[in-house]
Amino acid sequence: MTATATAAAAEAGVVHKPSLRRKLVPYWLLLPGILWLLVFFALPLVYQASTSVQTGSLEEGFKVTWHFPTYWDALTEYWPHFVRSVLYAGTATILCLLLGYPLAYLIAFKAGRWRNLLLVLVIAPFFTSFLIRTLAWKTILADSGPVVETLNTIGFLDVTNWLGMTDGSRVLATPLAVVTGLTYNFLPFMILPLYTSLERIDTRLHEAAGDLYAKPSTAFRKVTFPLSMPGVVSGTMLTFIPASGDYINAELLGSTDTKMVGNVIQSQFLRVLDYPTAAALSFILMAVVLIVVTIYIRRAGTEDLV
Amino acid sequence: MRWLRRNIIVIAGLLTLAYLILPNIVVMVFSFNNPAGKFNYSWREFSTEAWQDPCGVADMCGSLVLSLQIAFFATIGATVLGAMIAFALVRYRFKARGTINSLIFLPMAMPEVVMAASLLTLFLNLGAQLGFWTILIAHTMFCLSFVVVAVKARVLSMDPRLEEAARDLYAGPVQTFLRVTLPIAAPGIAAGAMLAFALSFDDFIITNFNSGSTVTFPMFVWGSAQRGTPVQINVIGTAMFVIAVLIVVAAQLISSRRKHSARSK
Repeated sequence: MTATATAAAAEAGVVHKPSLRRKLVPYWLLLPGILWLLVFFALPLVYQASTSVQTGSLEEGFKVTWHFPTYWDALTEYWPHFVRSVLYAGTATILCLLLGYPLAYLIAFKAGRWRNLLLVLVIAPFFTSFLIRTLAWKTILADSGPVVETLNTIGFLDVTNWLGMTDGSRVLATPLAVVTGLTYNFLPFMILPLYTSLERIDTRLHEAAGDLYAKPSTAFRKVTFPLSMPGVVSGTMLTFIPASGDYINAELLGSTDTKMVGNVIQSQFLRVLDYPTAAALSFILMAVVLIVVTIYIRRAGTEDLV
Repeated sequence: MRWLRRNIIVIAGLLTLAYLILPNIVVMVFSFNNPAGKFNYSWREFSTEAWQDPCGVADMCGSLVLSLQIAFFATIGATVLGAMIAFALVRYRFKARGTINSLIFLPMAMPEVVMAASLLTLFLNLGAQLGFWTILIAHTMFCLSFVVVAVKARVLSMDPRLEEAARDLYAGPVQTFLRVTLPIAAPGIAAGAMLAFALSFDDFIITNFNSGSTVTFPMFVWGSAQRGTPVQINVIGTAMFVIAVLIVVAAQLISSRRKHSARSK
């Protein structure tokens, strides 16, 4: 209908003028998707906010009583879990950056015709369900298995014992196991943005740095790394945010002493059925993540990235 | 020593790659295990039993089929809705663009557990029956943003003059869209759809909160970590890995051949 009308207009030699109908096109395109997000993403947050200030019990039903102390109680009772979440997620993010940067650099600049193969190998682990892969870490980190034996022999576990990340000569059920799992699970989210931003760098800049007598390390520090900052920032956020809310690694690889906020939210919602506390915890987590990310972006100085 | 210093990046990169792939190898090797007890965590002896009867575990293949169904419908929903939003955002100038861009961005920038929990409070308050439909709604919601980003990237890089040219050649808007815009945007839409499928199929946290007693494949794996992990889980994991790698390799071969033939013309 519109097609024939416009075609007829075009045939009559009428210059294309944006009609009201044309102006409305973007809104019609947006309507269904945005409606979906408003109803199933924005509205639920409102419901959760109202749940967090309710009191009552499952039998009698919950009522909004503007009971804000729930937040305070949740925070005083579960602050160690928040601290752990930020610490574990932060450590995993730093490890992801340290481990991911060389690989992203290798793929971007040194891989040559192996580049596509290496990229496939980075994405390939995704294809096996991540829960199955996380369970595989139980085998890898098994007590007195080859990995743990080696770590013991080279004295690595002495270092992590000193750091409080392990206790004795085992790895499973310690913070180290949880951080290992988190690092592993979110590593691709660090590598891919790093690779994208490294790949955009003009390699002639390296040559120019060399011509100006910069040592390779200086060239990296002054040219490559600053230019890869967009990748570093988005990679860190893509790693830190989901890691801070994760409860899978802490549940499968950790112990009761390594529970993160995600574990508490999950069990409050699905097992204890204390909805107000669970909702409050979830909002506090959101606030903590928001604060950490904002501070980080300010310091990284790339506000226009988001 | 000098060799080591020169190749330090290559060595470090390959070590990271090994770290990434190690669990997949373990999953593969342990799909040939014959474990002693209920848990398939330590090696006992070689066996192909699980491969001969991959669906020999109660409820596992049912959960797999359910996950595929949900991923299929969620992909269609998220791709249609997401592609429409992406076209509107790239191709049109209107007032609410900034607000809508942040509404799209937020679901990706929030810990999944927060999103999952808030959706659960919505469903609880509405008295909705948790199950297939709530999972489908939730998956469509969180896949949507990823589709928008993937399609936007492709549409942004496309030359608007191609559409102008089509219009100059008397193509109507529908014709222009079907014959010019859509074919150019297709790889972006396909990438978005594949991402949505993978995300939905593998999602655990949102499903964990909103599935009630319905068991998708990730939920089955999660439950098996408590009750006992059948070797068949490793078989499915390995098969998924192999199939997906084959698809990626085939796609690369096709695209490189196409590039090649385009160049030789």
